[in-house]
Amino acid sequence: MASAPSKLYQDDASLVVALLDTNPFFWAAASLPFSEFLQHVVPFINSLLLLNQLNRVVLIATGTSSCGYIFDSGEANSNANANANANALCSGIIKKLEDFVGKDSKIAKGPNGNGDATRPAISSLLSGSLSLALCYIQRIFRSGARHPQPRILCIQGSPDGPEQYVAVMNSIFSAQRSMVPIDSCIVGTQHSAFLQQASYITGGVYMKPQQLDGLFQYLAAVFATDLHSRNFLRLPKPVGVDFRASCFCHKKTIDLGYVCSVCLSIFCKYHKKCSTCGSEFNQGTVDSTTREQKR
Amino acid sequence: MYGVGVAFQPSGASSSAGKSSKEKKRHDEDDEEEDDNEAKGVDAWERAYADERSWEDLQEDESGLLRPIDTKTLVHAQYRKRLLLRSSAGGSVVSRIQKGLIRYLYVVIDLSRAASETDYRPSRMAVVAKQAEAFIREFFDQNPLSHVGLISIKDGLAHRLTDIGGSPEAQIKALMGKLECSGEASLQNALELVHGYLSQIPSYGHREVLILYSALNTCDPGDIMETVQRCKKAKIRCSVIGLSAEVFICKHLCEETGGTYTVALNESHFKELLLEHAPPPPAIAEYAAANLIKMGFPQRGAEGVVSICSCHKEAKVGGGYTCPRCKVRVCELPTECRTCGLTLVSSPHLARSYHHLFPVAPFDEVPPHGRPGQRLPTACFGCQLSLVGQGVQPILRVSCPKCNQHFCLDCDIYIHESLHNCPGCESQRISAV
Repeated sequence: MASAPSKLYQDDASLVVALLDTNPFFWAAASLPFSEFLQHVVPFINSLLLLNQLNRVVLIATGTSSCGYIFDSGEANSNANANANANALCSGIIKKLEDFVGKDSKIAKGPNGNGDATRPAISSLLSGSLSLALCYIQRIFRSGARHPQPRILCIQGSPDGPEQYVAVMNSIFSAQRSMVPIDSCIVGTQHSAFLQQASYITGGVYMKPQQLDGLFQYLAAVFATDLHSRNFLRLPKPVGVDFRASCFCHKKTIDLGYVCSVCLSIFCKYHKKCSTCGSEFNQGTVDSTTREQKR
Repeated sequence: MYGVGVAFQPSGASSSAGKSSKEKKRHDEDDEEEDDNEAKGVDAWERAYADERSWEDLQEDESGLLRPIDTKTLVHAQYRKRLLLRSSAGGSVVSRIQKGLIRYLYVVIDLSRAASETDYRPSRMAVVAKQAEAFIREFFDQNPLSHVGLISIKDGLAHRLTDIGGSPEAQIKALMGKLECSGEASLQNALELVHGYLSQIPSYGHREVLILYSALNTCDPGDIMETVQRCKKAKIRCSVIGLSAEVFICKHLCEETGGTYTVALNESHFKELLLEHAPPPPAIAEYAAANLIKMGFPQRGAEGVVSICSCHKEAKVGGGYTCPRCKVRVCELPTECRTCGLTLVSSPHLARSYHHLFPVAPFDEVPPHGRPGQRLPTACFGCQLSLVGQGVQPILRVSCPKCNQHFCLDCDIYIHESLHNCPGCESQRISAV
C-alpha cells in the first residue's frame, strides 16, 4: 500500500514551471489579444492540476524590465480549500498578473519619464525567467528523493533579444546538466532560435501552433503529458535547428569563419586584434592544413 | 603495512588445532574464521572506527554538548573561500579576462606497484580510475573545444593509452580496460613521452600535463632535471596530484613549469583537488600565442538522407553534420574533418565556454539583522524559499552586489557553480543595455 503511491509519485507527477511572456509591445500587435490568451492558459493550468493531485504548477511572468513569480500551486493548496479552487485560482492568477504588468511598465518607464518609447521591437527578459525557473527547480531537487519530475514550458511571443544570448545559453546548459527539458510554445509570428536550441539541447518539445484560436487544444495535447508518458506519444519532431554561428562583427550567419583562440569570439573575416578580449594575433591565421603538413 | 601480520597470525592459530573431538573441530573452524578477519589487520568493530572516523562528524558546542557539525554552513563557507580566491586571482591583474580555453591535456596515471596500496579504499588505483572518469566528463563539460589523452606508467615505462582526442567516452573506455599495476614508476619516461606528443599541437593550444602520482620515487633512465627544463622550454604546464606524500622532484617540476602541486589527504580531498583542474587556467601570453583559428560550423543533415560518414566508414540514415568546406559527413561535433582537417564546431559548443569570460560576481554576505532602517526581503529571489528563520537564529543569506537581490545559500552555490547567471541581474533591463 505504501509503496504504490511512491511509485506513482515519481513516474507521472510533474512540476511544470510555465514562463508567460507578458511583453506589452508584443501583445499590443498580436492577433490574439492577451485576455483571450489567458482564457487558454488558465484552464490549461487548471487541467494540469486536475490530471494528478500531486502535480504542481509554478507560473513566472517574463516582462520587458522584470520577471516575477505569479503563482505557485504548492503554496496555494496549503491555505485554500479544494472545493472553490478553480475560480479562486483563476481570479488570483489574473490579479497577480495585472499587478505584475503594471509594476513592470512602471519600471520600464523609469524615474525619468518614458525613455523606452524610442526603442522599437523590444524583447522580453527570457534569460531572467529561465534563471528563476531553474533556481526553483533546484529547490525541488533539494527537497528530497520523492519530488515531482520538473519541466519548463516557455510560452513566448516576442522576438529574441540578441544581448541575452550568453545568459540564455548558460541557462540551457544548466538545464541540460540537471536533465530538465525546456518545452517551447511560440505564439508569435516568427520562430525563436533561442528556444529552438533550448528544446533541442534539453530534449523538450518545440512547437509553433498554426492556429492560435485553438491554443488550449495544442497546450493540452502536447504539453500536458508527463515526461514518462511522452515516450508513448508521437509529439511534434524538431523541424531542424540552425546551429550556424553568427559572427560578432557583422551579426551575419556564417558556416566558415575565424575564432579567437583566447576568448572564442567568432569573426567572419581576418582581424589583427580581437575586439572582445583585446589579444593581438601576431602570426598569420592557423589553417588546419598547415598543421597537417607539420605532422 | 598489513603484509607482515598476514604471514604470522595463521601459524600461531594452527598450533591449537589437532584435537580429535568433533565439537573441538567445529570450534577450530570458528577460530580460523576469526583469524581470517584478523588477517586483514583489524577487527570489524575496530574498522568501523578506523575507516569511518565517526567522531569527526561531531563538534562540541558552547555548553559542552556534542552536536553533529552543521555541514551546510561548513560546505558553504568552503565554497565561498574557493570562489573568492578564484575571482581575485582572475580579476586583479587584467580587467578583461583571458583564459586558456583551448587546452591539450595529457592525464598521466601512475599504475606502478604503489598504486595497489589500500590506504584508499578499495585501492589507490580504483580510486584514481573512478575520479579520473568523473574528471574527464567534467573537463569536457567545461572545456568543450579541448582535447585529452591518457598515459599510464608501469614497470618503469610510460605507455600511451589513448591518442589525444575530444570524446570523453573513448578515453574512459580505454582507461577502464587497462587497470593493472606493477613495477616502478618513472616520471622522466612519462614526461619525455608527453613532450614528444605535445610538441605537435598547434601554437594557440595550451599544453598541459596532469600527473596522478602514487609512488614516492621515480626510476629514471637519465637526468630528469634536463627533462624538466625541456618541458619548461616547450611551455608545457605540468601539475601533479600526489596520493602519498610530498616528493621533491614533483614539486620542483611544478614550480619550474608553472603548474600546481598538491597532495591528497583522502578520497574526497583527492576528488576536490582533481576537479580544480577542470576550469580553464588563466591564459599566459608566453604559453600560447593568440591566434585566429579557421573553423567550420556545419549544419545538421536532413532526416532520411543516406550518406557515408567519414568517422566510422559506414552508411547512415539521417542526422550527422556536413563539413562546409569539403562536404564530407561527420557523426559528432566538435571534431576535425577527416578529409580537409578543418575544425568543426557548433555554436552551442562555443557558447558553453562563454561563461568563463563573463563570470557572475561573488555575492556579499548579508549581516543577519541587516543595516538599521533596512527591511530585508522575506524570500530568496531565486527559489522563493523563505529566508525568515524560526526562532532566534536567522537564516544566512547573500546578496548580489549589482542588483541587490537576496539569495539563499543553496541558490548562491547553484548560481555560481552551474547556472552562471544572476537571476536578479537578468531580470533587469538596465544590466542588459
